[in-house]
Amino acid sequence: MTQVLTPELTARWDEPDSFTLAGYQRSGGYEALPRALAMEPGKVIQTLKDSVLRGRGGAGFPTGLKWGFIPQGDSKPHYLVVNADESEPGACKDIPSLLANPHALIEGIIITCYAIRAQEAFIYVRGEVLHVIRRLHHAVREAYEAGYLGENILGSGLNVSVVVHAGAGAYICGEETALLDSLEGFRGQPRLKPPFPAVAGLYACPTVVNNVESISSVPWILKYGAADFAQIGTERSKGFGIFSLSGHVTVPGQYEAPLGTTLRELLDLAGGMRAGHRLKFWTPGGSSTPLFTDEHLDVPLDYESVAKAGSMLGTRSIQLFDDTTCVIRVALRWSQFYEHESCGKCTPCREGSYWVVQILEQLEDGTGSESDLAKLIDICDNITGRAFCALGDSIQAPIVSSIRFFRDEYLEHLRIGGCPFDPARSALFTMEPA
Amino acid sequence: MPLSDDVRARLEADAAQIIGRYPRSRSALLPLLHLVQAEEGFVSEDGLAFCAEQLGLTEADVTAVASFYTMYKRQPVGEYHVGVCTNALCAVMGGDAIFADLQKHLGIGNNETTPDGKVSLEHLECNAACDYAPVVMVNWEFYDNMTPQKAREAVDGLRAGSDDVRPSRGAPRQCTWKQAARILAGFPDDQAAEGNTAGDASLAGLRMAREQGWTPDDRNGGSTT
Repeated sequence: MTQVLTPELTARWDEPDSFTLAGYQRSGGYEALPRALAMEPGKVIQTLKDSVLRGRGGAGFPTGLKWGFIPQGDSKPHYLVVNADESEPGACKDIPSLLANPHALIEGIIITCYAIRAQEAFIYVRGEVLHVIRRLHHAVREAYEAGYLGENILGSGLNVSVVVHAGAGAYICGEETALLDSLEGFRGQPRLKPPFPAVAGLYACPTVVNNVESISSVPWILKYGAADFAQIGTERSKGFGIFSLSGHVTVPGQYEAPLGTTLRELLDLAGGMRAGHRLKFWTPGGSSTPLFTDEHLDVPLDYESVAKAGSMLGTRSIQLFDDTTCVIRVALRWSQFYEHESCGKCTPCREGSYWVVQILEQLEDGTGSESDLAKLIDICDNITGRAFCALGDSIQAPIVSSIRFFRDEYLEHLRIGGCPFDPARSALFTMEPA
Repeated sequence: MPLSDDVRARLEADAAQIIGRYPRSRSALLPLLHLVQAEEGFVSEDGLAFCAEQLGLTEADVTAVASFYTMYKRQPVGEYHVGVCTNALCAVMGGDAIFADLQKHLGIGNNETTPDGKVSLEHLECNAACDYAPVVMVNWEFYDNMTPQKAREAVDGLRAGSDDVRPSRGAPRQCTWKQAARILAGFPDDQAAEGNTAGDASLAGLRMAREQGWTPDDRNGGSTT
């Protein structure tokens, strides 16, 4: 069988002490750090540029390039902020990674701080994951005790401190500038860009904000080389990444594979859809990425191919729904999510998310009208590109794509004056009689 | 209830530690709100005033922040705050049914607490455990692959004070709401090393890769061996 999976970041997750310093070191952990410290900081940035690692938090911006925007030789402090606010519906890769392998992140933080000449790093972790927060504190403490954090790390003169900062429940704080406002002790609302965080980030100082998986990939790249990383994947989407399969799939879970792997390949390994049912629709990268259907099983899951097919790779958060699922129920629920999580700063997102929910509710219960479909698309059109941040742009993703692929299903709701689907059939357990 | 002198002295010491972590004091506001929540179980007027005082902010500044984040409760919640994910995927996989069933079973609605003060209920947005859907959280610990019956048994056990109610991936002892808030403020308990490294779904890909000989140790001639 051709190799489909490439466990690298996930390779030790099943060892009973993988989250400890000893467990990490046994598998070669903290071996990348001295290599990085033997290089000039600029050379470390160049290595990341050569690897063509693209940010694993959804946007796919090249990590090395981002680091390169940090001014050198200025007088301001620089900061590294790790975005561990994983909250996108469907995204569930960073949380297990931090539970099982937090030291990969810490080693990546130290190397990144060295490269961007930062002495302070913050891990902004969502608050609703208590055990992850315990593990992060534990790993940071172990790293301090071993001399990997603190002053004069490994005798290099490098000082790095890390603070674990728990959020308090707000999806918007995954947006990097909202995250920075939140970390400064304000409501988490996005900032107008430019200036970008590399110029004016935390406390208006040069700041790199990177996702957990991006920073956790840094030690691998330093250890094995940019060329090895760039050999994996496709021409413009390099390396391996964690694909998260959830929903009506036989074996849901985390599957680490080269970018460019197809859902057909992943689904074969995951045992296909649950017995007796077929794939109806799926998200390639979370709820903010337009739906795909079974027509898209062979789209290579890399940034370019997914975009060309009309969606986005996002965070590789593949949520699979089978033929028992009402697409309006799903589109409505995600719309309610965006309505709830809209920070309220800009009008198109705040008001638009409210109105699409009203309309979708009527479409789901069959009391709307066919003209509502055009109205929905028109509202989405008026939000997209006019909102302050990407949350606004995300609102349209499930709505417009569901109308595009399942217009007849919307009309069927109107025709029969209700939802033709039985929610009991989509549940993963047998409903008990009421 | 106003904070007693003893409590205030203890919280001031904690607050000084928290503030000391940050280059600028205002960054300590979120952890300070977690801290006062750990003391009183919710963010009271006195809690808000305490945070404002520690940071030299107005109570309006602090209230504006506290009201933005869903984890800060302005009313007391149960000793065990139970959250049911009803975002789209969990809802479809059965989260809606679990949430409806728990409301009926406990006789309380969304954001309400049982009369004994033991259990409160809330429907949640995505909690980053989609591969374990449907997911229930108790004081922000994971209860994976839930069914209405398993959820009912868990809340009954919590109300009865049973030690047998344990998170799927987390500490073996279910902590209380106040204990959880203290960890969020940056004062972890000693349970980090407890519990598994990963649940079953987290290892699905790795398990298959091992079966196929695709893990780094098995690859021949690869640079990652």
